Amino acid sequence: MVCQKMAASNESGANESGNSTNSDPDERLKKLYPAVNEEETPIPRAWSAKDKFNYLVLTQNNLRVQYKGAGKTHKDAASVRATHPIPVSCGIYYFEVKIVSKGRDGYMGIGLAAQGVNQNRLPGWDKQSYGYHGDDGNSFCSSGQGEPYGPTFSTGDVVGCCVNLVENTCFYTKNGVNLGIAFTDLPHGLYPTVGLQTPGEVVEANFGQAPFVFDIEDYIREWRMKTRLTIERFPVIDRKGEWQSALQRIVSSYLVHHGYCATAEAFAKSTGQNIDEDIASIKNRQRISKLVLAGRMGEAIEATQQLYPGLLERDSNLLFLLKCRQFIEMVNGSDSEVRGSALRSPRSQHGGSNRSSPSRSPLHHSHRPTQALQHGPHSGNTSPSRTKTHTKSSLASLQPYPSLSSSISSSCSSPTVNSSLLHGNGVTHSNKTNNQSECSNTKTFSEENLNVANMANSSANGVVLNGSDARLIEDIEMMDGVLPESRDHVTNGTSNGSETNGQCLNGSSVMDCRDDDMDVDPPISRRQLCGGSQLAIEKMLQFGRELQSMSIRLKKEHGNNEANRKQLQDAFSLLAYTDPWSSPVGAQLDPVQREPVCAALNSAILESQNLPSQPPLELVISQTAQCMKLMSKAGIATSAFADPSDYLH
Amino acid sequence: MEIDDQGGWFDTLHSDEPEKWQDALLWLKNSVIGNNKQKQNAINHGIIPRLLQWLVDGDAPQHLRLEAAIIMGSMAKGTAENINTLVEEGCVSVLLKGLKSPDQAFVESCLRCLRTIFLHNSNCGSLIYQEPSIVEDLVEIMPRSVCTQECVANILASSCKEPEHQSKLCECGLIPKLVDLLAGKVYKVQMPVLKCLAGIVRENGENCVVALTAMHNNVPLPDMLVQLMLRDRTSEMQIVAAKVLAYLCGGGALAPQDPRIISKTLPCLIRMCSRDRTLEENVEGAETLAYLLEQDGELQRVAAVSDHIIKTLAEYLKYTDVQQINRCGKRIDINWGIEMKQAAFKAFAALGANEESIRKQVIETEHLMEYVVVGLNSGNMKVAAAAIRCLHSLSRSVQLLRTTIQDHGVWKPLMKIIQEGPEELLPVASSTLCNLLLEFSPSKECILDCGAISVLVNLAARPEPNLRLNGIWGLMNLTFQVEQKVKTKVVESIGTERLFRLLSDPDANIVMKTLGLLRNLLSNKLHIDHIMGMYGNQIMQAVVFILEGEHPIQVKEQTLCILANVADGDKAKDLIMGNEDMLKKLMNYMQYQPDVSLQIAAVACISNLIWSGEDGACARQAKLSEMGVQTLLQKLLSTTDTVLFEKVRTAVQQFS
Repeated sequence: MVCQKMAASNESGANESGNSTNSDPDERLKKLYPAVNEEETPIPRAWSAKDKFNYLVLTQNNLRVQYKGAGKTHKDAASVRATHPIPVSCGIYYFEVKIVSKGRDGYMGIGLAAQGVNQNRLPGWDKQSYGYHGDDGNSFCSSGQGEPYGPTFSTGDVVGCCVNLVENTCFYTKNGVNLGIAFTDLPHGLYPTVGLQTPGEVVEANFGQAPFVFDIEDYIREWRMKTRLTIERFPVIDRKGEWQSALQRIVSSYLVHHGYCATAEAFAKSTGQNIDEDIASIKNRQRISKLVLAGRMGEAIEATQQLYPGLLERDSNLLFLLKCRQFIEMVNGSDSEVRGSALRSPRSQHGGSNRSSPSRSPLHHSHRPTQALQHGPHSGNTSPSRTKTHTKSSLASLQPYPSLSSSISSSCSSPTVNSSLLHGNGVTHSNKTNNQSECSNTKTFSEENLNVANMANSSANGVVLNGSDARLIEDIEMMDGVLPESRDHVTNGTSNGSETNGQCLNGSSVMDCRDDDMDVDPPISRRQLCGGSQLAIEKMLQFGRELQSMSIRLKKEHGNNEANRKQLQDAFSLLAYTDPWSSPVGAQLDPVQREPVCAALNSAILESQNLPSQPPLELVISQTAQCMKLMSKAGIATSAFADPSDYLH
Repeated sequence: MEIDDQGGWFDTLHSDEPEKWQDALLWLKNSVIGNNKQKQNAINHGIIPRLLQWLVDGDAPQHLRLEAAIIMGSMAKGTAENINTLVEEGCVSVLLKGLKSPDQAFVESCLRCLRTIFLHNSNCGSLIYQEPSIVEDLVEIMPRSVCTQECVANILASSCKEPEHQSKLCECGLIPKLVDLLAGKVYKVQMPVLKCLAGIVRENGENCVVALTAMHNNVPLPDMLVQLMLRDRTSEMQIVAAKVLAYLCGGGALAPQDPRIISKTLPCLIRMCSRDRTLEENVEGAETLAYLLEQDGELQRVAAVSDHIIKTLAEYLKYTDVQQINRCGKRIDINWGIEMKQAAFKAFAALGANEESIRKQVIETEHLMEYVVVGLNSGNMKVAAAAIRCLHSLSRSVQLLRTTIQDHGVWKPLMKIIQEGPEELLPVASSTLCNLLLEFSPSKECILDCGAISVLVNLAARPEPNLRLNGIWGLMNLTFQVEQKVKTKVVESIGTERLFRLLSDPDANIVMKTLGLLRNLLSNKLHIDHIMGMYGNQIMQAVVFILEGEHPIQVKEQTLCILANVADGDKAKDLIMGNEDMLKKLMNYMQYQPDVSLQIAAVACISNLIWSGEDGACARQAKLSEMGVQTLLQKLLSTTDTVLFEKVRTAVQQFS
């Protein structure tokens, strides 16, 4: 799903503008207010049919308001509020009102009001009510006395109202022109509101479902940047070097946790950190992790039992998880039990995940399964097509986790394109064998793009491009001497290179890392149940029966376990399809799914050694994410513009 | 470090021991890096000419030349004084020659040094045009590396001051190359590239057209600039991108209504004026805004309601601080009070240029007029010039002339500037004076007492057409419905000779205003007879002269109107009646079909001549009748033009 959409938007060339004319109103709102959790704080989408004075009539899905009262004096004024108050987590909230008709006198007010404010009045006249009036252009700040504010407005004009929940200010726009701050020190919890007073007055609201006249995205962009700078420039007093050593400890413990043995050792040495775990133990865990990530579950279970006797016996749920995965890998043709017959070299199997890390924080992969699956079929083998899949989708900003997997067709003709895939982390790109070909016109990927690509691989080789244009690119030396024309190739090189790095760091000495190592998913032609071997299928079925009985035993011993039941059911469902990979449950087969299993096993091992089951770095990230949620609940609007995932790649 | 040691190193550099030079250069390089004292010390030891020797000497070992270039670059990062020394020693042209070297590292070192010099010494700009090939080389070298891109863009940005520079750079194909660099994402290249683009298109229509059509990957330059104005870009980048767009608009390449101007550039500049930006950005923002707004009334209307811009600019007037800022590593004293004030005045002038309602808003700014008067008196050229511009813009308002402007007696400082102030302020100051002399302006009397006539007469004698125009325009304004002694004084001051010389001025506007002056002089019977009594012959000659010459219709119409005025004078009439040639001319104009305005003016003149009830009216009627005027008038009654018809009917009725 995701993948297709991204590809489509790329073709249409909607690149950076962020103004993609996507028609789905909900998507538009989501993009405007990504930090809002609508289950807790819904975004207003219409005027409230209940929360209005009865002189007003709503039509057009409760977006259009018409005055039907007597309209003789100001006592005939009538207002309506939106269905919900403005969520603080919007950060910056905006709505527009088009004046369909000014009616008799055009006594119209547009603004904000708290719940419970008298509806028999125009916005701004009462406490907790704020309005901008069309007849005189005055602003009314909780007072019957207006202040000169802006121009008047009338039929055909579009008036916008923007609430900055960070500064607690409000400004209006008229036909896309910012009229300047109207109100300061606004309380939270205000509703969008309009008020009308004379017959014939008709206005219609746009709460963000349709494109706005004013360029609110640009305004939001500025606040996003301001927030980012505040974070980046946050002063840290660190006279004793405690801050630095804490950071180093976090890095060191992360490396140890995930078993980057050699890197951890080198890092510890150069920074003077201690490693709490002995090297042999790290290497053991590393070995097991690698087996899991390669899909060789049987061997992984065996190794665990050997190295950590009693661990799996004590934690039968974990064992069950591992065995379920083993079953899946058998279907996949990856597990050692079936692999011999599938005639696949162990070497080509190892790349279960392309990430240089065997297991990263689970935070990262929420979107990947479907995406990766979609990718499998059309990206597998060396295709003679000239498609260069290199470009990040413009919609990436929509997604919490930027992915690099969408394709753009290049108009340049490069003689041979050998497309190999880095797949596990969603990086899809081809490796051009002809470096010289100058296809500068394909360099539509943004710097951010390069950035993400690099960051994804940078943990090892330290090549980081700064993503934002707004900042000086300080490590420019790296770019020096590299002509822009060859940049696309550089990215390729870096990615591949870091694959190498990652593996070397893992400590395994003999890892041959050519491109052919990276075709993680078996190409379509090789995609057969259990690798196509009859013997293996029988083994798999036998294993399935054992798994079934284990499940029954567990149920007897420990009672019903919903997670286990579901796991088993999902795993077995694979057999119901002739082509499990493209079945609705096929996502399980994706190598990415090995990562949570790997993480669970790794954590269990560490816990059994009385070490923390989660590295401090991941703890910090989760705590930060939690903190953002709390901030948003506590009405701190800046939280809308800071997303921890912006800092993770 | 021991002083003696140093002396030794310096001696080595000047010695004849080539094998030791390398080490000595290395020492020198390390000693001057980041150390201004050592730089000065090295200069005192005469190191600059020595380094230049290596640079000039193509036969010297390349590694020594490279070191020399690097050290030169280091020296250029010293004090302003150091840089001046470098320039005086002639290192710019030496370094420019170095660019021909095939050694990339050497070229880059030369460029770095040149860039630093050019950024700090604004006088160097013209040096690259000394030889035609230098600019071509620079443009050619530019794309090679990030270093060359950055340095060349900076050098060219500081060297684009004159229209000849702009044309030369454009001829070298610089614009498309800059556009390509702009598309690269390297900030430190993009910034000088933007500055260079701004320099090359500023007030240069031809270059604007070239820039408008320049593209990168099918994205036109203006669209790229819009991307660079996004609000998460740095302020510096936004403002200079906005500047380029404003210049493209000013150069006629982009229409003011183009969304990229009215809904992107304009709000960007308005943002730059806001309080949360630096003072530097405020000043630059307001100045660029003023430039952009001058183009178009609609832009002025939109700007006037944008983000409380008038209030924001009013705040500018209150700044009084003198502050040091750090520009390119050099501390400079800037009087922000002056900078902010002049920027605000310029912006106010542009905002109120066309629309009365905006002028009213501007004038309602607290104490604005006081600030303008203080500005006029300030003695600071920049502020005074901007204040006059502001006053000029506001003086277009009839209401303000009668009220605020009068109340503050702005004419006093204004007259002072015209009489004693610098030449540069004369055009706008005299133009403002013209407005203050309009008949409904209460300041008129005071200004007259202050010697306005001689001021304006002097202006009318200036060789500069714009000053002549303002002089005669002012005289025209002040003679409108004024008492006779003033008129006489005007005529005496200017002298008939000069007056008639102005009637043959090559500038049609000046001819028009001179005729306007004559017409004002010749109004109301008494005055007409008085003046015609003194200058009748000359005036009639001048009228004939114009009517027979090649002139635009408006000029002829104005002349006929003068004739009509003359015909209104009791005695003056005779000057026309006695001139049969003139009467025939009038009759011709009565039948002048191509333009009805001339017919109207001619009929009005006839009508005055035959006005019944005046002395000798019958005789005149008879004479004109005899010439066929009456028949002609009868014929004209069939006209479809209502104004003409009215005039004709009035004239016909005079025949009793």
